[in-house]
Amino acid sequence: MSKAQAMTHTPASSAPIDEPPLRLKREMPKWAITCMSVGFVILAWEVFGHDINPVFGSYPSAIAVAFWELLKSGLLLSALAQSMKAFLLGYALAVLVGVPLGLVIGRSRVLEAAIGIFITGAYAMPLVALVPLLVLWMGLGFAVKACIVFLMAVFPIVINTWLGVRAVPKTLIEVGKSFVASDFTILRRIVLPATIPYIMAGIKLAVGRGVVAMVIAEFFTAISGLGAIIINAANSFDTARMFVPVIVLMVLATGLNSFVGFVERKVAPWQSELSGRDEG
Amino acid sequence: MIEPISGQVSMTDVSKSFTLKIDGKLQNVQALKSINFDVKQSEIVTLIGPSGCGKTTALRILMGLETATRGLVTVGGKVVNGCGYDRGLVFQHAELLPWLTAAQNVMFGLEMKGMRGAELKDTAMRYLELVGLQDAANRRPYQLSGGMKQRVGIARALAIDPQVLLMDEPFGALDAQTRESLQGELLEIQARTKKTIIFVTHDLDEAVLLADRIIVMRAGSVQEIIEVPLPRPRGDLGALRGTALFAESRYRVWKALHADQAEAVH
Repeated sequence: MSKAQAMTHTPASSAPIDEPPLRLKREMPKWAITCMSVGFVILAWEVFGHDINPVFGSYPSAIAVAFWELLKSGLLLSALAQSMKAFLLGYALAVLVGVPLGLVIGRSRVLEAAIGIFITGAYAMPLVALVPLLVLWMGLGFAVKACIVFLMAVFPIVINTWLGVRAVPKTLIEVGKSFVASDFTILRRIVLPATIPYIMAGIKLAVGRGVVAMVIAEFFTAISGLGAIIINAANSFDTARMFVPVIVLMVLATGLNSFVGFVERKVAPWQSELSGRDEG
Repeated sequence: MIEPISGQVSMTDVSKSFTLKIDGKLQNVQALKSINFDVKQSEIVTLIGPSGCGKTTALRILMGLETATRGLVTVGGKVVNGCGYDRGLVFQHAELLPWLTAAQNVMFGLEMKGMRGAELKDTAMRYLELVGLQDAANRRPYQLSGGMKQRVGIARALAIDPQVLLMDEPFGALDAQTRESLQGELLEIQARTKKTIIFVTHDLDEAVLLADRIIVMRAGSVQEIIEVPLPRPRGDLGALRGTALFAESRYRVWKALHADQAEAVH
């Protein structure tokens, strides 16, 4: 390559002339869009909800009144505490069991062939049908509720983790091998961090399934917690009151979801950089 | 008994076959057919050949990532059986761990080797300095350019102080300018560390510029081993490209690579 050719490759270093003043690009933040969307839905519900017979439907202001009454009587908080205890225990166990199980199944050809089929099958298991059986085994108390939450939440976590492990590039594993890392070290130092986005997606999916499982458990075992409020209100055709726990659970699940997202950005800060998405 | 010399590599009668499923039938594909070559201490040898000629397979067997179906591989007089700290591998696309900083990536190999504490940090920084990246120590891979990533890859492999550096087309994905500067840097690093280097490439110029000897491979065999009569140190690689000696060496390798086509005319 000639020198002249090399010269043409040097970047032009002339000073910018009359560069227009830097304009900050202002985009509406995502939370603002979300707030507007939620506000619009609540408003529309309020406007059109009044026309519906209060047995068949309700509207936000009536639900707010019912919420305040339930809160004042102390019923809502005690029911919430009761429900959350079972939910959190089942959910935490699902994460603690699901992630390692998914990692191991994804790494081992034999375990994948031997256990994978049960996991895939169990994910689609109609758990409601099995609740009476679980009650026979464990009674009507707290244990059976946590167990139902666990069974609903664990499989999406296992499956997502497992899929994530399979998506880890082979060459990253070979980096570990080339430095004589043991299988366990490769699992902990390479496979686990590489799988975090999948694991977090599974943990988020499990929030929704866990909440549904908790309400099912409260319907079909000893009637208690938020599920009890729903059933009792529904049986007395108090629709506004019935909506209170439903909405509380939706808000709670959404909050838990964004908390998981927050944790993900804390433990895997490189991930949002890699995908180039701002998660504001 | 002859004392084995650190950094010596030999492949004796090495064959490798894979079982592949082609058109629904299991078939044995012979990737390497009875390969023989020796590499001296502190020598730079490039493996060149068209894709599918087995050069990468040979390197992976040397590294211990694949096992030979037949034959003997030794490094520093010891038989290769799996990966070891006597060999350091530089990957085609660097393959840095995206969640670790440049320094932590270099430390990774050292930690695997059992190094801890202040020594670990100091060693990693020393090798980052060797590749000119001391100021980028805390950047993560996505904040590094392609050339910088590959420098970290080289530092990571060198940090464990292997006898032999194995490089699998490490500059193949880089732009021409970056590739040229890294070739020069690699030669400087080699002059300082005296490591034996086995370098896989499909770039004719690169093979000649870097190597003491070039092993031309074709269809799983060593076709020819060509000595490169260029002086060491190589000095300015740009100027070297203009010399008659370079052109002559390059032509010899080119001819060897195209020998099969000459035969095919018949």
